[in-house]
Amino acid sequence: MDWAFLFEISLTGIASGGLYALAALAFVMVYKATRVVNIAIGELLMVGAYLFFTFSAMFALPLWLAIPAAVLGTGLLGALIERTMIRPLLGEPPISVFMVTVGLGSVLVGLVEMIWTADQRRLPDFMPSQPIMVGEAFLAPKVFWGAVIAVVFIAAVLLVFRFWRGGVALRATASDQAAAYSVGINVPRVFSLAWVVSAMLAAVSGIVVGSIGGISSSMGVFGLSVLVVVIVGGLDSVLGALVGGLFIGLVEALAGAYLGGEYKLLATFIVLVAILMVRPYGLFGTHEIERL
Amino acid sequence: MATPHSGATPPLLQVDGVTLAFGGVRALSGVGFDVQPGSITAVIGPNGAGKTSLFNTVSGFYRPTGGRILFKGEDITRVPAPQRARMGLGRSFQNIALFRGMTVLDNIKLGRHAHLKTNVFDALLYVGKAQREEAELRRDIEERIIDFLEIDHIRHAPVAALSYGLQKRVEMARALAMQPQILMLDEPVAGMNREETEDMARFILDVREEWGVTVLMVEHDMGMVMDLSDHVVVLNFGQVIAQGKPAEVQADPEVNRAYLGSGDVGDLRRKLHAANASQPTGVA
Repeated sequence: MDWAFLFEISLTGIASGGLYALAALAFVMVYKATRVVNIAIGELLMVGAYLFFTFSAMFALPLWLAIPAAVLGTGLLGALIERTMIRPLLGEPPISVFMVTVGLGSVLVGLVEMIWTADQRRLPDFMPSQPIMVGEAFLAPKVFWGAVIAVVFIAAVLLVFRFWRGGVALRATASDQAAAYSVGINVPRVFSLAWVVSAMLAAVSGIVVGSIGGISSSMGVFGLSVLVVVIVGGLDSVLGALVGGLFIGLVEALAGAYLGGEYKLLATFIVLVAILMVRPYGLFGTHEIERL
Repeated sequence: MATPHSGATPPLLQVDGVTLAFGGVRALSGVGFDVQPGSITAVIGPNGAGKTSLFNTVSGFYRPTGGRILFKGEDITRVPAPQRARMGLGRSFQNIALFRGMTVLDNIKLGRHAHLKTNVFDALLYVGKAQREEAELRRDIEERIIDFLEIDHIRHAPVAALSYGLQKRVEMARALAMQPQILMLDEPVAGMNREETEDMARFILDVREEWGVTVLMVEHDMGMVMDLSDHVVVLNFGQVIAQGKPAEVQADPEVNRAYLGSGDVGDLRRKLHAANASQPTGVA
C-alpha cells in the first residue's frame, strides 16, 4: 500500500467533492422549500457554464463581469422556470412535477445544442496554475481552487440563510407551509427565491466544473452524481448534501485510481444502492419516504 | 348578509354573503355576520358545517366564490393570506401548524417576522439606534407573551416534543406575537382535558382584557362557548341558522334541532336529503 499515493488521491477526491457539495446544496435548496425533485440540476449547471462561455469567450467581457453575468443569467432562468413550469403545477402530484423537470433537462440540452452546437469547448482559464503541494502530495491547481470556490460559496450561503430573514422564511416554509402563510410569509415568493438561489449556485458549480473538464452538451451527466449525493445525504438535508458531496467525491477518486476510470460511476452507484438498503431516507434525511 | 352595524363603533370584521364552493359542493352559502371590536365571537356548528372553511376564507387560504370580507371597512376579499396576516389577522389551526423542528422561542419570533424590516446587511452589522430600539421592543413583546401564556419553562424546547395542549398554547403565542387585531382560534380546546381547557379559557378572556385583542373562534365545546362569548354564530350545512347572544342562541329551536335532532329518526334522513339536494332553506 502506497500511503502517499492514497493520501494524494483522497485529497483530490475530497477537493472535487466540494463541487458535488455545492451542486447538491443547490438541489437541496429547491427540494427543502418546494418539495420538487429537480432532475434538471445538471442541465442548469451546464447552462451556467455556457453562459459564462458566451460572456467571456464570445463577447470577450472581463472575468469580473462575465462570471456575475453568467450567474445572474442562470438565476433569471431559475425564476422563469419556477414561474412558468413549477408554480402552475402547485398541488399536483409530485410525480407530475418530477416528470416536468425530467423534460426540462432535455429541453435545456436541446437548446444548448441549438445555440452552441454539441461540440466540446474550453472555458477561458481564470484560476492560478501553480501546482498546489500539501506536504508531499500534489493537488491539481484547478481542483484545489475549485474546492476553495465551493467552500466560499457554501459558507456564504449558510451564513446568509442563517441570519437573513429570507433564509428564516425559507426554513419556516420548509417546515410548515400553512403556518408560514399565517405569520405573513409570502410563500410563492419564497419558492421563487429558492429556485433563483439554486440556479445561481448551480451556475457557479457549472463554471468551475467547466473550467476543470471543459464544457459540452453532455456535461449534465455531472447531475447524475449530484443526485447520488443528495439521495445518499438525504434529499432535504443541508448537512447531508455537504457530507455526501465529500464522500461521493472520495469514493469516485478512489475507484478511479485503484479500479480504473470506468469504475467511477459503478462505485458511486453501488454506494447508493447499499445506503438505500440500510437508510432509505438517506444518511441525514427526514424519515419520510416519498414514492416516485 | 351582514347586519347593518348599530351604535357608534363599526364592526372590525364583516363577513358579507360569503359563498364557497369546491366543484359542486357548497361548503358555505351566503354566510354573513359581524365581529365587533373588543368582542369574543364564536362560530359553532356540527361537524362538517363549514366552520373551518369559513375560517380559511376569512384568513385568505380559500378565495370565496361569492360575497365579500371587510376588515375595518376595507374590502379584503382579494388580498392574499400573508398580507392579511400583516394587516392584523392572526390565526391558529385546528390541526396545529407549528414549525416543528424549531424551539418555542423561534416559533414565537417567527410571529414577528411579518413586521421586521431588516435586510441581510442590517442583520449582520446591526447598527443604528432605531434598530436597537426595535429589537428591544421585540424582546419585550416576546417576554410578555411568554409570561402571559406561562410557557417560560419550555421556551428552548423543540415544539415537536411538547404535549398537545402546550403546542396549542405555543400556536396562540405565535399568533399573539404578530400583534394581531383579531385573533382567530380554530378549536382552541379540542382534545384538551378539563384543566387545560380551563387554562385556555382564561387565556382567551385575558387576551381580550389585557391585550385588547378581538377574538374570533371556532369551537365545539358548548360550555366554553356559552361562558366566554359575546356573540355566537351558528353554522349548519354551510349556512348561518342563528346568531346572537349566547342565551338567545341556546334557546333557538333551530339550533337545538341542528345539534340534537328532533328526536325523530326520519329527521336526520330528511336533513341529509335536503343537504344532498343542496337546496338549503330556512335561514334564521
